[in-house]
Amino acid sequence: MVLRTAVGFGRGLVYIPLVALHLVTLTLAAVAFLLTFGLGMVFLGPAGVRLVRRQAGLARRLAHAWSGVDIATPYRPSPPPPMPQRDGWYRDGRQLYRTPRIPSFNRTWNWMYRDPATWRDYAWLATEPLVGGLLVLSPLLTAGLGAVLVYTWRPMQAVTGIVLVIAGVLLAPRMVRVHALWTRLLLAPTHRARLTNEMRHLSQVHTEVVDSQAAELRRIERDLHDGAQARLVAIGMTLGAAEELLESDPQAARALIAKVREASAASLVELRQLVRGIHPPVLAERGLGDAVRALALDSPLKVAVSVDLPTRPDAPVESAAYFVISELLVNASRHGDARNVEVDISHRRTALRITVTDDGHGGADPSRGSGLRGIERRVAAFDGVLALHSPAGGPTVATVEFPHALGPDASCGSTLPKWKNTLMGICWGLFWLPLFPQGLVPLFFKIFGVDERSWFLALYMPEAFQWPVILGMIALGICMIAFAVRASSEVRERDVEPNT
Amino acid sequence: MRVVLAEDLFLLRDGLVNLLRAHGFEIVAAVESGPELLKALLDERPEVAVVDVRLPPTFTDEGLQAALTARRAIPGLPILVLSQHVEQLYARELLADGTGGVGYLLKDRVFNSEQFIDAVRRVASGGTAMDPDVIAKLLASNARNEPLGKLTPREREVLELMAEGRSNAAIAQRLFLSESAVGKHTANIFTKLDLAASDDDNRRVLAVLAYLNGTR
Repeated sequence: MVLRTAVGFGRGLVYIPLVALHLVTLTLAAVAFLLTFGLGMVFLGPAGVRLVRRQAGLARRLAHAWSGVDIATPYRPSPPPPMPQRDGWYRDGRQLYRTPRIPSFNRTWNWMYRDPATWRDYAWLATEPLVGGLLVLSPLLTAGLGAVLVYTWRPMQAVTGIVLVIAGVLLAPRMVRVHALWTRLLLAPTHRARLTNEMRHLSQVHTEVVDSQAAELRRIERDLHDGAQARLVAIGMTLGAAEELLESDPQAARALIAKVREASAASLVELRQLVRGIHPPVLAERGLGDAVRALALDSPLKVAVSVDLPTRPDAPVESAAYFVISELLVNASRHGDARNVEVDISHRRTALRITVTDDGHGGADPSRGSGLRGIERRVAAFDGVLALHSPAGGPTVATVEFPHALGPDASCGSTLPKWKNTLMGICWGLFWLPLFPQGLVPLFFKIFGVDERSWFLALYMPEAFQWPVILGMIALGICMIAFAVRASSEVRERDVEPNT
Repeated sequence: MRVVLAEDLFLLRDGLVNLLRAHGFEIVAAVESGPELLKALLDERPEVAVVDVRLPPTFTDEGLQAALTARRAIPGLPILVLSQHVEQLYARELLADGTGGVGYLLKDRVFNSEQFIDAVRRVASGGTAMDPDVIAKLLASNARNEPLGKLTPREREVLELMAEGRSNAAIAQRLFLSESAVGKHTANIFTKLDLAASDDDNRRVLAVLAYLNGTR
């Protein structure tokens, strides 16, 4: 507890140089912005945006590292570099360029300034010194003020000072977290940005799935055409010949019929293999667990299978999972020289998780193996991910996770009612006003009898109302922070557990 | 001999009925779904049952489940399971109780009526009939097994046929050997695999299968 508070307080202290750095960035960014849009020095634009993004990235990382508040990067994926046309020119809209410089700049420009996240970054940059700075620095200021009071050595003020120091020190870690939530508010991807990104990803996956499905169908068609179909034609012809020979040469007819039987057996074998490649029969009959056990029995490796599934996953996911495991087993024996493999199929809430561990010599790399790329594609079709850990010398651990494989796919999203969202913004933006200039500062003026009224509302009140107004202002400020924090963490929970 | 038959495809069921009748079997029930099969097995207590793995209503492994349930109720009830595909997993489950009287064949084996009828009779008499494909898979997955590597090619052939469930006499006939030569090979195999020898054909086969399944 003491240690944690100390660490939190230390982090609060680190914010002092950070706020200074932020002010420098703000100045530079403002200058770049004015030069870009005021004087038309457009080449400064992207540099300014990069600077802002770097500062925002720092804030995101700090929020994650110090407060465990995950803030995803909201920017759109950067545009690919322009490709020359066949004649060597670069095309951008209706213009042609000799070098890629201008098209590339235009792409970068559009990528940056058409992204709402950039403008949210600017908004954050402008408000952070006041709001964010006040949030993290207020406990420090309180503690500092307390320390000064203690130094006066007058009993009444020294006691107040000690109380202030303790309050400041205790509050510091909390305010670091509150600051992280505030950062999240502006720097996290909006609902809309997340949906846009999701849609872009989905359409890419969709294209890949359609492509690979078409290829798969072509392969099946070719297999049937060259295999079973051709054999059936041959069987028909042979039977025709046998029919003709039945009267004249029964011996030869008998030989032909024996051939027909062989041909039909061969086509059955072919069809069986084809079916196994499309949808393995054990999978249809028994589900993933037993299908993988059957796979393990057929494998030349020693495979241990453990399965913990409450229900059967959806059929397409099940099939994808089966082929992924099959491919991983083949890889383990063919490339990894493994002898023992462990396959673990488990679930985490509605996610299906598969871990395949082998004792081979490792060194597997998805960027080189086309098999692993195939697995990634197969998995991506269901929003899944493949994580491969394969140091040279082994062991190789491949983990595949299919989210929402075992349950209804409740659509995620932070959908606070609009009024709540707006109120949250107002609270975050204005809580300091009642708390500090209208609350704490007049409080001190009042305690120490400073004869100055400035713009402090309470001090203009008749004597009787001064104290209630001061305390009311402080309470209002605290309530605003509390509401903002609660609403923010509500959004967070909905993001983390989309299925509850 | 009284037979219960379960097969959902009419043409195949009809063909099997004709084939079995032609070889002197009496079909006491020819059913087409899992629940019907279980009822027929328990009520009729046939001398042998020929069962398709995949049956209505779920078209999963209803036939196999019914067969296993019936064998739990009536230990040793002879059942020959037919399937479009063979799996070591299912073979293991059928052999798990170690009592024999089970068969597991690809449907293609029906083409050779003589061998198929032989398999049915073998299962009916408490023996086993495992598909060559199952045995091949079993041997392949045992490929790294030390003692198996010590077998001579001829002994391996004998082992394969024995695992399919054939008697010494049948193996001798297939490999064009004398029965005593086969006896010698089997004795060698049992020594090399460190299995207890037995004069009873069926028990020997089960020992070999248990060995290959690693469930010894």
